[in-house]
Amino acid sequence: MALFPPLLTIVLIVPVLAGLLGVLLPSFGYLPWLGFDRVSLDPWRSLLETPGLAWSVWLSLKSGLLAAALSLAVVALFLAAFHGTGPFRVARRFLSPLLSVPHAAAALGLAFLVAPSGWIMRLVSPELTGFERPPDYLVVHDAYGLTMTAGLVAKEIPFLFLMALAALPQIDFRRDLWIASSFGYGRIAGWLFVVFPQVYRQIRLPVFAVLAYSVSVVDVAIILGPTTPPPLAVRLVTWMNDPDLSLRLQASAGAVLQLLVAALAVGLWLALERGIAALGRLALQKGWRFAADRVLRIFAFAAMFTALLAIAVGLALMAVWSVAGPWRFPDAWPAMVSFRVWTGRLASIEAAVAATALIGILAVLIGIGMVLAALEARNRASARNPLSRPLVVALYAPLLVPQVAFLFGLQVVFLRLGLDSTLTALVLVHLVFVLPYMVFSLVEPWKAWDPRYAVVAHALGHGANSVFWRIRLPMLFRSVLTAAAVGFAVSASQYLPTLLIGGGRWATTTTEAVALSTGGNRRLIGAYALMQMVLPFIGFLLAAALPAIVFRRRRGLWVHS
Amino acid sequence: MGPFMTRMCEPTTTRTDAAARGLVLDTVSISLGETCLVDLTCTVTPGDVVTIVGESGSGKSTLLACIGGFLDPIFTASGRILLNGTDITRVPARERRLGLMFQDDLLFPHLSVRGNLLFAIPADVARRRDRVAIAEAALEDVGLAGFGSRDPATLSGGQRSRVALMRTLLSKPRALLLDEPFSKLDPERRGRIRSLVFAKARREELPVLLVTHDESDAKAAGGPILSL
Repeated sequence: MALFPPLLTIVLIVPVLAGLLGVLLPSFGYLPWLGFDRVSLDPWRSLLETPGLAWSVWLSLKSGLLAAALSLAVVALFLAAFHGTGPFRVARRFLSPLLSVPHAAAALGLAFLVAPSGWIMRLVSPELTGFERPPDYLVVHDAYGLTMTAGLVAKEIPFLFLMALAALPQIDFRRDLWIASSFGYGRIAGWLFVVFPQVYRQIRLPVFAVLAYSVSVVDVAIILGPTTPPPLAVRLVTWMNDPDLSLRLQASAGAVLQLLVAALAVGLWLALERGIAALGRLALQKGWRFAADRVLRIFAFAAMFTALLAIAVGLALMAVWSVAGPWRFPDAWPAMVSFRVWTGRLASIEAAVAATALIGILAVLIGIGMVLAALEARNRASARNPLSRPLVVALYAPLLVPQVAFLFGLQVVFLRLGLDSTLTALVLVHLVFVLPYMVFSLVEPWKAWDPRYAVVAHALGHGANSVFWRIRLPMLFRSVLTAAAVGFAVSASQYLPTLLIGGGRWATTTTEAVALSTGGNRRLIGAYALMQMVLPFIGFLLAAALPAIVFRRRRGLWVHS
Repeated sequence: MGPFMTRMCEPTTTRTDAAARGLVLDTVSISLGETCLVDLTCTVTPGDVVTIVGESGSGKSTLLACIGGFLDPIFTASGRILLNGTDITRVPARERRLGLMFQDDLLFPHLSVRGNLLFAIPADVARRRDRVAIAEAALEDVGLAGFGSRDPATLSGGQRSRVALMRTLLSKPRALLLDEPFSKLDPERRGRIRSLVFAKARREELPVLLVTHDESDAKAAGGPILSL
């Protein structure tokens, strides 16, 4: 039993460290398994000589910082202005379903919405614009990466919103707010000065994860980002998949550079934190009350609901496209419904769904077993905190180190072990990303379980195994299934790990949808993107329905929400 | 003793009759760091109730946790706990066979009323039919015949208390440890459940240790009252 917490830590941290080593050595020309055994600075030299590299780095850094800052600002302002009100409850309702939507699907939906031939343009054309054919604007793939940033912001808002909501119950914020408002502070100012610093302290690591993800994102960048040149991570993947093996050394150097870019982003973020804290102190010293905050309220409201609606409508559009017959440009709706894509491409869609489900179910089954075993082991060891300190570090490692930075190296390691492109390797690498989210999802309900039930069960003569299997696990059934559904959604949304470790031989709904995004077949993209959403949705549906059915006659286990 | 007072646990010279039947606490002391919370020697004979009163935070519940074998490792305990002449100080919780009741009934919400009772019946009653018969008889005993398949959440507070009591008794405990088990009941039910518990304990000749801050509980128990 005592081995499980360290095992979990090792499964998380070893792939990251091995992967980092696996790019560091090749970045200095050392990759003996492919015949490169002369240490040199050549990979770095050729990397730095790549045309447009500085612009790619700048794009990554700028979009990442902007995406993280904007999504956090929207969440902070929205909570400040609307916590506990009607709009807040509406937004919260949207939250979980949107969170389970893969990044790639959300980005594709956004592209369907805002492209020059997209739905918004169709709605207002030709009446307002006079366009009879799609205008030649570069909205999607714009050179400055603005649409890509917007896509990231829209997708990160639900994540940070949920993180902030999870942090709130641990803060006695109502009293703090009363005090602030009794001093004459406006609603938003009271929140930002008094409550937000406490929330931020608790969601800081998730914010860093958002930042690291955004500076190194690949799938969203392929779908929405600039192409000439693309952001750094996208270029690295192109080099990695190039038949010319020597480009791998250059890609490895690029991966190290990507790690440095992420570190720089975090450094800049820390400076930004200080700057904002200083501004806050200044405002407090001056005694500014910010009682008139209507403009900010309107902004927070508009930004939050634009983001939520953009994703929701984008997703609906993809469903419509997947069954669209002829659909000429300025028409708001297709002329007729056609299931040609679904019938004609059924075999390949089915194969992708099956692969996604297989990888996801295996990763979740193994993962949930490991997580429960680790939590229970800590419980039996009477540990005060269900997560050991090394485990917390290990949980954040795969989220804070950019995926590109260690997946290249991990691919080399799997190649060396003869495991490349195998299901084993894929499930292992998915576990690295699935485990943290399953732990985050399960640890709070696990902690909240009343330990006196165990005391009573022990006093009734039952041992630790009996208490775990017959009392604790059934009582936490709903939470365990929710964690499993979260894990499955994370697995189904993985693009880069599936692409690189699967060696292109495993086509999942996500890899297919991203691969298709560069082509123009909107009906087929719509079909794959729809399946991308449907799979995690089924997972969450089961997680909600099964406990309700199994425990339909046990009112004490119903969740009141 | 209030929660913020500091007192060292001093060795007491009182000797107890270790061979006595019932529950014997032999110079049991519990400390948190340097602070002594409990320092107690007493004997609870079978069928009797010893009541321990004290303010909240005085360590009453900690004492019960110590006797039951669930003491949080941040506390340090010394002394001996004897049950019918056997030292159980180092025996694991599930082998002590002490019946515990808290202010909340803590019926397992995922099991039916019968399921809760079946969970408590010792494994040496092997046949399922016998186990069910024992559970049904226990329900009948407290006026809850036919409640076996009910969801515990649909029972009233008094009914839940009775189920919790029978669940404890079915596990064949050798003593009862009661941690304010009546405090969440309304005054009318409180008296009835209390008499029921004490009557059952007397009939089964169980030593009972009751901790409470309620005077009427202490008075109703009728036994010695110790103050922490």
